[in-house]
Amino acid sequence: METVWFILIALMLTAYVVLDGFDLGAGVINLLVARNHDERRLVLRAIGPVWDGNEVWLLATGGALFFAFPLLYASSFSGFYLPLMMVLWLLMLRGIGIELRSHVHDPLWWSFFDFVFSASSLLLAIFFGAAIGNVVRGVPLDANGFFFEPLWTNFRTGANPGILDWYTVIIGVLALVTLMVHGAHYIAIKTEGDLQERSRRVALRAWWLLVLLTVLSLAATLYVRPAVLDNFRLRPWGWIIPLAVLLSLGLMRKFASAGRFSAAFFASTTYIAGMLGGAAFAMYPYLLPANTDPAYSLTIYNAKTGAYSLSVGLIWWGLGMVLAIAYFTFVYRSFRGKVQADQEGY
Amino acid sequence: MDDALVIHRIHFAFTITYHYLFPQLTMGLAPLIVIFKSLALWKKDERYNKAARFWAKIFAINFLFGVITGIPMEFQFGTNWARFSQYAGGVIATALAMEGVFAFFLESSFLGVFLFGERRFGQKIHWLAAFMVFAGSWISGFFIIVTDAWMQNPVGYEIAADGTAHLNSFWSLLFNEWARWQYLHNMGGALITGSFAMAATGAFYVLSQKQEEYGRIFLRVGIIVAAISTVLQIFPTGDQQGQLVARHQPTTLAAMEGLFETERGAAIVLIGQPDTDNQKLDNPIYVPGVLSFLTHKRWDAEVRGLKEFPRDQWPDNIPLLYYSYHIMVGLGTIFVAIMIVAALLLWRKRLYQSRWMLWILMLSFPFPYIANTAGWITAEVGRQPWLVYGLLRTSHGYSANVSAGNGLFTLLGFMGMYTVLSILFIVLIWRELGHGPAFLSAETDGSGSH
Repeated sequence: METVWFILIALMLTAYVVLDGFDLGAGVINLLVARNHDERRLVLRAIGPVWDGNEVWLLATGGALFFAFPLLYASSFSGFYLPLMMVLWLLMLRGIGIELRSHVHDPLWWSFFDFVFSASSLLLAIFFGAAIGNVVRGVPLDANGFFFEPLWTNFRTGANPGILDWYTVIIGVLALVTLMVHGAHYIAIKTEGDLQERSRRVALRAWWLLVLLTVLSLAATLYVRPAVLDNFRLRPWGWIIPLAVLLSLGLMRKFASAGRFSAAFFASTTYIAGMLGGAAFAMYPYLLPANTDPAYSLTIYNAKTGAYSLSVGLIWWGLGMVLAIAYFTFVYRSFRGKVQADQEGY
Repeated sequence: MDDALVIHRIHFAFTITYHYLFPQLTMGLAPLIVIFKSLALWKKDERYNKAARFWAKIFAINFLFGVITGIPMEFQFGTNWARFSQYAGGVIATALAMEGVFAFFLESSFLGVFLFGERRFGQKIHWLAAFMVFAGSWISGFFIIVTDAWMQNPVGYEIAADGTAHLNSFWSLLFNEWARWQYLHNMGGALITGSFAMAATGAFYVLSQKQEEYGRIFLRVGIIVAAISTVLQIFPTGDQQGQLVARHQPTTLAAMEGLFETERGAAIVLIGQPDTDNQKLDNPIYVPGVLSFLTHKRWDAEVRGLKEFPRDQWPDNIPLLYYSYHIMVGLGTIFVAIMIVAALLLWRKRLYQSRWMLWILMLSFPFPYIANTAGWITAEVGRQPWLVYGLLRTSHGYSANVSAGNGLFTLLGFMGMYTVLSILFIVLIWRELGHGPAFLSAETDGSGSH
């Protein structure tokens, strides 16, 4: 049962990164690709009806984590206290950046909220990447399963790590570039003309960086945490995942240069799912490894709640997912096609 | 008290108090918007549609601020109350996760249809969308109350071998006796905030002789709903809630009433200042026997005073508890008086000429916010020194690994952030009040939430 919840939570997290990832990416490239008020409105319209629904996956993932693995929730949220609080502030600023921009018809007001939207999206992408980096690298857990990490210490991955060290910074930048490419694909799908062309160019240029960072991050991960290969040795079918990552990396460039943006978006989705799925596959059954004493690590076995709760959870969770899928089908269907300058909203 | 404990308590208290300013209005307005949509369909009167659109705009702004300030609440269980989360997550996270999964999808999807689908989907679907937004926000509130009710009166759990609480009955958790009355009492409070805001807006338009037609509609609907909900708030929901406290949390009851000595035929105190050091109440003005009657339905029943209980089980801030309880009850009584007089004037068709009453209504809108806040302070300070009543002390629940310095850093950050949010909120609401409902057709302008 705890394995089922491990998989479900990994899936929800992937759904979050894929979905909120494209609107975060759209925020990062907003100032690069959209040059004037009308174009920036189009970017907002392209994500407007969906960004808040996308963000709910973060809350739903958090809720499921809290409910299935209370100790992990308690330990990681308090241990990552400072960066999480900053994530909250950034999420708030980003929300008002998106929603309040159109309320007042004034160029200064617009500029201010454009900046808020882009800057918060950029920092969020880096923070989320660094968070994943921390989980993979391991944290200084004590015997009770708790820890506290400052924002940075000496930028080394050793005994007294901070949230930011050379490894987690690489993963943070990787996340940023990934979401830029992913977001650029999305904006290219939803727009036409100059805006679409500039998004295509951003996607293609950032692609080189993405290849470089993918290789670098995989090498760095092997150096920081050689144990990631254990599960691949144990279950060789897992090698499909890195293969899918490489394949989608190649395909997204091919599709984007051919102007087939939906296919490119699908490829970047596969890339994200592969990277996260690969990490989850390599981690299992660890949830939060300790870099102090391996015995202190949080696993799905020592962090889970009671069996009754986990079983009942499957029922209401299943119902919730039916609702969520109905909601997403409805929203994305009624929102298909290109966004136009003369539409309602934003 | 430990520095870190104090900071973590203030951290949660500050962010939740600020957050709840928004949902209490959206939960209160949602049924009123359904009333307007129903009147529009029934009477075929376009003015009710305009009224619904106007309040939908106010709703949307409040909804956005509610969502934005709500995200930190779920996080703070883990960040600031880690030992509590580890202990109770297996039980309460079920309710919290359900809130996230169900209610939000319901509310947010239909809010989109409600705000931008009036022309596209037609009036009947638009009514349905309004109704689903109402249902979604009220279901959302239910799961949050279930969480708090478990902390007040834990049920449906067992303590596992590792010392943490595990759920053993899903239905007991959901249908906790405490949750039932607390929910009704809380939603009544939200209705009071919503209907007072509506009546105040109506009074503002009538007094300033601007869009008066709509001002009168707002006054009519606001006063009728407020008159009903203020009465129900005292009886039965407030009365039942009080009896639950008397039965399950006798120490809390004694502290709320400032009752130090056990008394037969205990009096209810209207005004007075508790002196915790000397264990007495200064300058009391009281009505004999009433407290005994209210809690036990007998005028001469014995009510236990604080001195009966060990000192380490007393709520740790008796004056705050005492005052917030008295503010809540005092305001609640005044609300009934105002709304009954207003309803009489409305019935006798003299309301729109009674400028003194319109002034009272216009200026009264902040007070339901104060009463709701005071009510929640009563519930949560009254629960002390327990985090989960009788099971886990507050001093054992906070994140021991997060120092007071780090906690204060983020508390100050939130204070700054919420100052900015408050300024933006006031500007936006002020603009909508200035525009008014008269010129709103279905989706003419693109401003507002999407």
